[in-house]
Amino acid sequence: MFDINWIELFVTLVKIGFILFVTVGFFAPILTWVERKQSAIMQDRIGANRADIMGFTALGLFHILADGLKMFTKEDFIPDGANRVLHTMSPIIALIPAIVTFAVVPFGGVYDLFGVKVNLVVSDLDVGLLFVFAIASLATYGYAIAGWSSNNNWSLLGSLRVASQMISYEVTMGLTIVGVLMVYGTMKLTEIGAAQESLWMWGIFLQPVGFFMFFAASIAENKRIPFDNPEAESELVAGYFTEYSGLKFGMFFMAEFIEMVTIAAIVTILFFGAWHIPFLTTETLLSWFHILGTTGANLIVMLIHVGVFFAKVIFFIWFQMTIRWTLPRFRYDQIMKLGWKILLPLSLANILVTGIVILAVK
Amino acid sequence: MELLIFYPIGTLCVFLALGVVLNKSPIGSAMCLIGMMLGLAAVFAIQHAHFIAILQVIIYAGAIMVLFMFVIMLLNLKGDDTVWKTREGNTLLTGLGAVLVVGILYKMTEITGGGEFDSPTPIQETFGTTVKVGTTLFTDFVLPFEVASILLLAAMIGAVVLAKSKMDD
Repeated sequence: MFDINWIELFVTLVKIGFILFVTVGFFAPILTWVERKQSAIMQDRIGANRADIMGFTALGLFHILADGLKMFTKEDFIPDGANRVLHTMSPIIALIPAIVTFAVVPFGGVYDLFGVKVNLVVSDLDVGLLFVFAIASLATYGYAIAGWSSNNNWSLLGSLRVASQMISYEVTMGLTIVGVLMVYGTMKLTEIGAAQESLWMWGIFLQPVGFFMFFAASIAENKRIPFDNPEAESELVAGYFTEYSGLKFGMFFMAEFIEMVTIAAIVTILFFGAWHIPFLTTETLLSWFHILGTTGANLIVMLIHVGVFFAKVIFFIWFQMTIRWTLPRFRYDQIMKLGWKILLPLSLANILVTGIVILAVK
Repeated sequence: MELLIFYPIGTLCVFLALGVVLNKSPIGSAMCLIGMMLGLAAVFAIQHAHFIAILQVIIYAGAIMVLFMFVIMLLNLKGDDTVWKTREGNTLLTGLGAVLVVGILYKMTEITGGGEFDSPTPIQETFGTTVKVGTTLFTDFVLPFEVASILLLAAMIGAVVLAKSKMDD
């Protein structure tokens, strides 16, 4: 009954540890600094450089440490008349989906290490793409309940906006994904990634309209500028997390940054060739390093692929940051109009055109 | 191994289902219902029906319950009537409810207590995959599928017509 495959268990645990380290341990804290620094550069300011240890500022990197200390030691405040249980639960509900989505995100291909086939994804689900979509939609509850349970009218308005905005853009996102599924004929993210070995098979060439709609919809899902109406500072104080302080606020903050990483990773896998380098197939790379033996060559190729994948992810994070500091905020009715009257018909048309083209090619 | 996962999840589902009925605040009930939907999705996943499990999460937990929450939040703006009004003294309703519960419990004990089960036939490798569910839907069950979609379309158009006539007033 309990014949556990110890090697598989070990490999899976290492992969989970790697994912947690990369998202929670590396990207989430670093991005708080990157966001400030990039906004400073774009607005011609000096930027985060106040925190120092013995006079060293390290380009403001110590701000991460200072922020962490501040969040851990700040008073955890629950307002009068708030629903204590739900108020405490909602940041957790918001943060968990952001991390869990990474369970099906492949960050490399399949490699032959020490006689074991290592697939660089925590769980290679048959319904991978739908899993991402399903888990992402659960995050809505965290945000909606946060505002409702705070006993504050600004928060409530913010959470109503979150709920309506996320439902509206989920429709577009789901329909855009259909186009990708039709082209690659699979829902496994690993297979979609593996299918993009040659440059002309990249999703951006096969689904160009789909990419723009998916990217817009996912920024709207993440509630960042230009879609940040739920927390619009000039209208709603800070929206759904007005009444949050300390680490609970930190969790909302982390959820937003981890979701940025998730969006960048999914966009890379669906539209930008996942871990592949243009014009360099895995076989070519393997033959370059065949002197090192099977394991050695595979190891080096694996490192190259993981590096390429995260380089692409970092590019899309940078892209999202640039959008955030370039565009002003849309009005609420504009967001709804864009979602229902422009993106939804466009995504339906995209499915129709994709279907016709596939039929014609066959 | 599967039973080890099933029993905790099953117990959790039963308690959450009780929570839906017994909870005093509508939002609490809704949260319990969402938790129970996720538990059910896990039960589907244990049975190798991954596609159904994911649909359970997307449709029920992800879409329908969000709308429920939306309505509850809008109705509860004042926050002073967070407690459901319990219906009291309706003997007919209580009696019918009791008969239903007793009937279901009797049927359950009869089925589970009544003799041996056949050992289940081993499932195919492709069982529950998206491809398999899709081919089955569009070959063997294409008529019910199309009828159901026409029904949904009719409901959708009906909702639009009703909402629009209200708006024109």
